[in-house]
Amino acid sequence: MKKHAKYNTEVTGAEALILALLDEQVTDVFGYPGGAIMPVYDALYDYSDQLTHYLVRHEQGATHAAQGYSRVSGKTGVVFATSGPGATNLITGIADAQIDSTPMVCITGQVASHLLGTDAFQETDVLGISMPVTKWNIQVTKAEDIAPAVAKAFFIAASGRPGPVLVDITKDAQFGKTIYKYEKCESVRSYFPSPKVNETDVEKAAELINNAKRPYILCGHGVLLSGAEKALLELAEKGDIPVASTLLGLGAFPPQHPLYVGYLGMHGNYGPNLLTNECDLLIAIGMRFDDRVTGNVSKYAKQAKVVHFEIDPSEINKIIPADVAVLGDAKESLGLLLPKIKATKHTDWLKRFEDCNDIEFEKVIKHAVDPDSKQLRMAEVIDKFHKISEGNAIVATDVGQHQMITSRYYKFNKPNFCVTSGGLGTMGFGLPAAIGAKVALPNTEVITVLGDGGFQMTIQELGTIMQSNIAVKILVLNNNFLGMVRQWQQLFFDRRYSFTEMKNPDFITIAKGYGIKGKKVTERKDLNEALKEMYEAKEAYLLEVVVENEENVFPMVPTGASVAEIRLE
Amino acid sequence: MNTTYTISIFTEDIIGLLSRVTIIFTRRHVNIESITASESELKGVYRYTIVVTVSEEQVKKLVKQIEKQVEVLKAFYHVNSEIISREIALYKLSAEAFKENESFMNIINANYAKILSIASDYIVVEKTGDEREIKQLFNDLEKFGILEFVRSGRVCITKPLKTLNAFLMELENNSNTTIKHFNK
Repeated sequence: MKKHAKYNTEVTGAEALILALLDEQVTDVFGYPGGAIMPVYDALYDYSDQLTHYLVRHEQGATHAAQGYSRVSGKTGVVFATSGPGATNLITGIADAQIDSTPMVCITGQVASHLLGTDAFQETDVLGISMPVTKWNIQVTKAEDIAPAVAKAFFIAASGRPGPVLVDITKDAQFGKTIYKYEKCESVRSYFPSPKVNETDVEKAAELINNAKRPYILCGHGVLLSGAEKALLELAEKGDIPVASTLLGLGAFPPQHPLYVGYLGMHGNYGPNLLTNECDLLIAIGMRFDDRVTGNVSKYAKQAKVVHFEIDPSEINKIIPADVAVLGDAKESLGLLLPKIKATKHTDWLKRFEDCNDIEFEKVIKHAVDPDSKQLRMAEVIDKFHKISEGNAIVATDVGQHQMITSRYYKFNKPNFCVTSGGLGTMGFGLPAAIGAKVALPNTEVITVLGDGGFQMTIQELGTIMQSNIAVKILVLNNNFLGMVRQWQQLFFDRRYSFTEMKNPDFITIAKGYGIKGKKVTERKDLNEALKEMYEAKEAYLLEVVVENEENVFPMVPTGASVAEIRLE
Repeated sequence: MNTTYTISIFTEDIIGLLSRVTIIFTRRHVNIESITASESELKGVYRYTIVVTVSEEQVKKLVKQIEKQVEVLKAFYHVNSEIISREIALYKLSAEAFKENESFMNIINANYAKILSIASDYIVVEKTGDEREIKQLFNDLEKFGILEFVRSGRVCITKPLKTLNAFLMELENNSNTTIKHFNK
């Protein structure tokens, strides 16, 4: 490790923090200053050539930006916030990162240690509040403890199943003096993040796979996190096994590949859901059987044996009991599995997926991407954008109908290009996540697809785009409704549209206020050109597309129904 | 079917870790019936003993979630037949109880309890045993008027011989990361 010039010299705790971040190769931080973190910001002032700080407009934005940054680059996102409200504003993003296994280190300022527990100004028990939603957290009250805490934080955040960690630093610790030293953390004695893959389990898995007549791979986020895309492709090709992806696994398998059968879940593709209940072997890789994937668990894949490749022991047998569980990193496990797999063909089985795909195309897709409606529909917008960008853009979505449409109709050619809030379903995620993604990969096109509702939850981050010149493309699909909730109200609450209709501002004027170019499209004839203009713009750009008010996303597995009861209309 | 399980958790000595562990129960709407915490046979390693009544599936999942916490070394669950457990109870009674000296002392002796402290106006009785025995003594003493009663959480020793250290070695051997060893 390259020793910093300040190594072994006396520095303040605040400077030690900045040096520790540099020693962790951190180059970007998303944050918002405030009283209890002022010493850190003061120290940062001297290092702004090495550590770029992005001033967000709300701390939640910083967390989502750090998530977007991490999701596309694999690096750990870093967030700064002050105590009290600054810290509590982080919680939504931390919870999102926890459930979507995203490595993130949040640094919060805290009141001086002698004031802890006194209800001091901007004091809040951020350790207590963040405990249920962090992988690990710690409060530091001494300058000399800062660097070791940061080292441990980065190790824990990124190892095993990644997750968010929080380091709360009291103001006196930031002001205190310490001799700077940095030792990278490589192990914690009570923590076993990377289990050795058990070869016997791999043998058993191989045997089940080799004997299966209708094997079926479900790939999840774990494939991306471990970089197992190539191994997955080899496994699928060698065993001639159809592959479906979870929402967070999109991009882990090439979408144009003949073995790729589609997307799983409540609004996923028809065949992948339906045929879950016809396969004889489910091969789950780096996925956790979320209820949006399984539908009614008691009617889920009962006929099938289950092989579960998973790094987190607590996920094994949590929802769906595994006949064989292979604990460990997906890439390592699949590497051991591959030589044991016999090359074979499952032509008839694959034909079942093709047939289902034909049905879905006739009943849903055709009408969605090439509608005869007067008004524009969401799917045609995404489909056209997919064709323009050829699946090569990073797409960060918000949460709701547009998110489901994007995951259905945008075909992600590359791993880690789909940035979305899956587990927590956080509205307001899209815009700041796109900012983070663009900061991490400035040479890649980043677009965020938003609904009119979610956009307004973090719309203030347009200010971050303006101030830091971040060339994020913003595509707002405006139906003047909280569309997903409205869809449910229509289908399950007797069309009682209780508080889902939105009276929206003029988004183009708002964008203009932030110095961001924009255009509004209401007619089909203007769509393609407008999408192109947005995509080719060199700077941030907002395109608002007014879409049908009451469009529904289908197929759909209603809550409580089995995946086999998926509705096409 | 719900059964009483004793969960033994071995942890690092960290501020807030107990809270991290208890919220795992809270989140799953499981009531903690008793809880104790103290240092174990390994220096710096703490042992929490938590009693819950849940299904076996639930207790398995609880233990996995507990083990998932970074600073938890290892957690186990046991049914009553797999452990030797004790609780301690203190009973405060008015000194008046002595007036009926004979029957009072008979109760104390029959219950293998002992008198811990005698003051001019009260006496304190101590009883170590299982839940049922402690309740039995409570019932027997009730007629004298119990001024104060307190019972500790359960502490237990597990019957299997394997040591915590052996479990930790196993974990280390099954892990790709090198761990700084415990006292081997």
